[in-house]
Amino acid sequence: MNTDINTILSNLDVLHYSLAGFALLLLLLVIILAVKKGSGGGAGGEGSIEPSQLQSEQAPQQKPAQEKPPQFNETSGDSALQLLALLQQEARFIDFLEEDAKTFSDAEVGAAARVVHDGARKVLHENFSIKPIRSEEEGTQLTLESGFNNQEIRLSGNVVGEAPFTGQLIHRGWRVSQVNLPKVNPEHELSLVAPAELEV
Amino acid sequence: MFSRFTKGRSPKNDTDSSEKPKQASGEELSEAPAATVDETDKSAGDASQRGDHDSPVDTGIDTNNEENTYAVGIDLGTTHCVLAYMPLAGGALQTLPIAQIKDPGIVSEPSQLPSFLYLPHEEEFSDSELRLPWAQQDEVSQRKIISGEFARAHGSKSPMRLVSSAKSWLGHSGVNCKEDFLPLDAPDEVGKISPFAATQQYLSHLAAAWEARFPASPLDQQMLTITVPASFDPLARELTIEAAQSIGLHNAVLLEEPQAALYGWLHKQGENWRQQLQVGNTILVVDVGGGTTDLSLINVTESGAELALERSAVGEHILLGGDNMDLTLAYVIKAKLEKEGKKVENWQLQGLTHGCRHAKESLLLDESLSCVPIVVPSRGSSLMGGSLRTELSREEVLNTLVEGFFPEVDVTAQPVKRRRAALTKKSLPFAQDPGISRHLAAFLSSQQSSPVAAPSFVRPSVLLFNGGVFKSEQLADRMLGNLNNWLSAAPNEGEAGAAELKVLQGADLDHAVASGAAYYSHVRNGNGVKIRGGTARSYYVGIESAMPAVPGFEPPMQAYCIAPYGMEEGSQADLPEEEFGLVVGEQACFRFYSSSLRKEDSVGQLLEDWQEGELEELEDISVNLPAEGKHPGEVVAVHLQAGVSEVGTLKLEAVSPEDGKRWKVEFSVREEALAEA
Repeated sequence: MNTDINTILSNLDVLHYSLAGFALLLLLLVIILAVKKGSGGGAGGEGSIEPSQLQSEQAPQQKPAQEKPPQFNETSGDSALQLLALLQQEARFIDFLEEDAKTFSDAEVGAAARVVHDGARKVLHENFSIKPIRSEEEGTQLTLESGFNNQEIRLSGNVVGEAPFTGQLIHRGWRVSQVNLPKVNPEHELSLVAPAELEV
Repeated sequence: MFSRFTKGRSPKNDTDSSEKPKQASGEELSEAPAATVDETDKSAGDASQRGDHDSPVDTGIDTNNEENTYAVGIDLGTTHCVLAYMPLAGGALQTLPIAQIKDPGIVSEPSQLPSFLYLPHEEEFSDSELRLPWAQQDEVSQRKIISGEFARAHGSKSPMRLVSSAKSWLGHSGVNCKEDFLPLDAPDEVGKISPFAATQQYLSHLAAAWEARFPASPLDQQMLTITVPASFDPLARELTIEAAQSIGLHNAVLLEEPQAALYGWLHKQGENWRQQLQVGNTILVVDVGGGTTDLSLINVTESGAELALERSAVGEHILLGGDNMDLTLAYVIKAKLEKEGKKVENWQLQGLTHGCRHAKESLLLDESLSCVPIVVPSRGSSLMGGSLRTELSREEVLNTLVEGFFPEVDVTAQPVKRRRAALTKKSLPFAQDPGISRHLAAFLSSQQSSPVAAPSFVRPSVLLFNGGVFKSEQLADRMLGNLNNWLSAAPNEGEAGAAELKVLQGADLDHAVASGAAYYSHVRNGNGVKIRGGTARSYYVGIESAMPAVPGFEPPMQAYCIAPYGMEEGSQADLPEEEFGLVVGEQACFRFYSSSLRKEDSVGQLLEDWQEGELEELEDISVNLPAEGKHPGEVVAVHLQAGVSEVGTLKLEAVSPEDGKRWKVEFSVREEALAEA
């Protein structure tokens, strides 16, 4: 899927760069979300119920996890599927990525990108509360003391010597403070991210 | 056929209650019997007495646990419903997240319930996919009706099964609102429902969402207010309250929407409102909702040493709102595309309307934009190949919306009206003139009865906007500019014009009605200032004048006043002298009129003729005298007496002067006699 985006990127103007970047960001969100949920970090905000929780309540025959050494969390992918369905429904996300952009003019791709942008933005704002990790303007100088949160801030460039590290803020980062996905009926087949439609 | 909201608590609800904002203590409340109408009447009466003190001291409801009691307001809108609430003991005012089907199997909880119903084909969705969080697993095969977001979204693709604008039908005289005729164009196999049943459905949905969140505080035990347009006639009000009562909400009272909007503003201001209004102010409330435009005048008066508010006039029922604006833009764009040789299919019009709504909002908010692109996505999976792209320009928006809906007109302007002549098919009486300015001019002019100044019209001094339409400053400014133009004209030669309008700031344009309704529930409980209203109309029954029959001419009607303007809730009009002879065991019908202009008429006044437009004929009223203890065919003399119930509906009764016996007079005779013994 990433290669698809790259080929699109090479063909598009600035607007499309930002849109494709946006699409990437959303893909990233899918991953973040899945990881967050897997780590059991209470990703669900007030009143929101994670689909996997719903399902695990219905089928509590989980195996004890003690047989294996410390491991990486497997994610069920449920919320990823749910987010994908939302993005397809509101933003025609899968349609957009699965279509061969090379055969269309910039104007046509741009028009389609607007549908994706408007819809994906709606999905993002309705289902997530996001805010920048750093409040400083990008481009400002920043000094990090020893023991800074290296998950929140990633160093790049000449990373040598001892803290404090001083450098230029390249990207402010994003943090999701709340996830508020719609509830899912346990009998709902999440893999059907977009049903076929037949007009009779 | 419709689910009453269940009082039983499902296991799921119980687990949910641990997450409640307010801990439900699960006391005997849930078992308490539903309040009867009498109890409601009493507490409402007490509340109005307390209202005069205007003290912040919470007197509470004796029969209930204060902790679990809320002041609740329901905005039962033409296009969407909102429920707002605040704890009676004091606390923040919030809107209720309303669980609804977003897509089969998916349930979201936005704060609005779109007022749309979808009547699915039995093969269309599996039952489990349409289950809401509060549905009982063992629920007997009830008819599945989808309400809310998915109903609207999917219904736009299968309009034959979509019920919309049920509320406009309630306010439309000339149809039987209990007859199953919606969706209008559906074949019989769809299993149509009535506007009344649709209203029940929305209320049941809201009640169920409430009970899922507050299992220990059933909605029928809260202070509950439901809003209706100020222009709703007595029958539409009665139907609304009857729908609420039929699903167990015997505690509901009605409130007019423009008043609710003002309550919403009052709540936001807190005690500050007294600094912003002065005795003698006339507040004009302009409420442009999704489907209707509602106008009201509220006077600021003095009661003792305190400021008081009194609603003095309401406008006609105007079926014209924000949705018309988006649709109009869509048609403008459609015409433009067709000029370019592109064909616009019906299904694309929906997307175009949607696109126009967003483009319009951007253009009206950001003056630096000259045009905004609109893309109507294809239906198939090819997005880049099949989408339709066009643009909406600032000029098009201004010409269409500002000039079309808010034209600059003189205060003497009148909306263009064609008489509703022979409509052979059922249809809603949509406003024929989209010029809201002209409707407003006509309203203000009609309300000035004594021509003290020329041009003669009521000069408001304060303006309150309501409705999402006015988020756009340009539309609000145009409306304000128009009004200020009218005001600046000298009433008499040599006199100065009236001062510019003061606009009340800080109103929440989307939720003010629901919030205001919740706040009104709080006010009824004895906290804060109450707007005095009473009936906004006087009511008359038609009497045929006695004259020799003239072929081809109907005998002229005279109107006999039975209810004066301004009757307060819980009061009764004087007993009129006129007696009517009714035949026992037969249904007697009377022609029924109302007037929002004749405010001086008193009970017993007989109008032989009246100005064009002064009286409006409503549905007939009827009474059926049971034959008990009388011979069928016997004629009994009765008086017709009017009153206003505690919940805010008009009551008409036939009273026998002999023994004081009373019979209910019904508003509707339409197809079936609804009179009950």
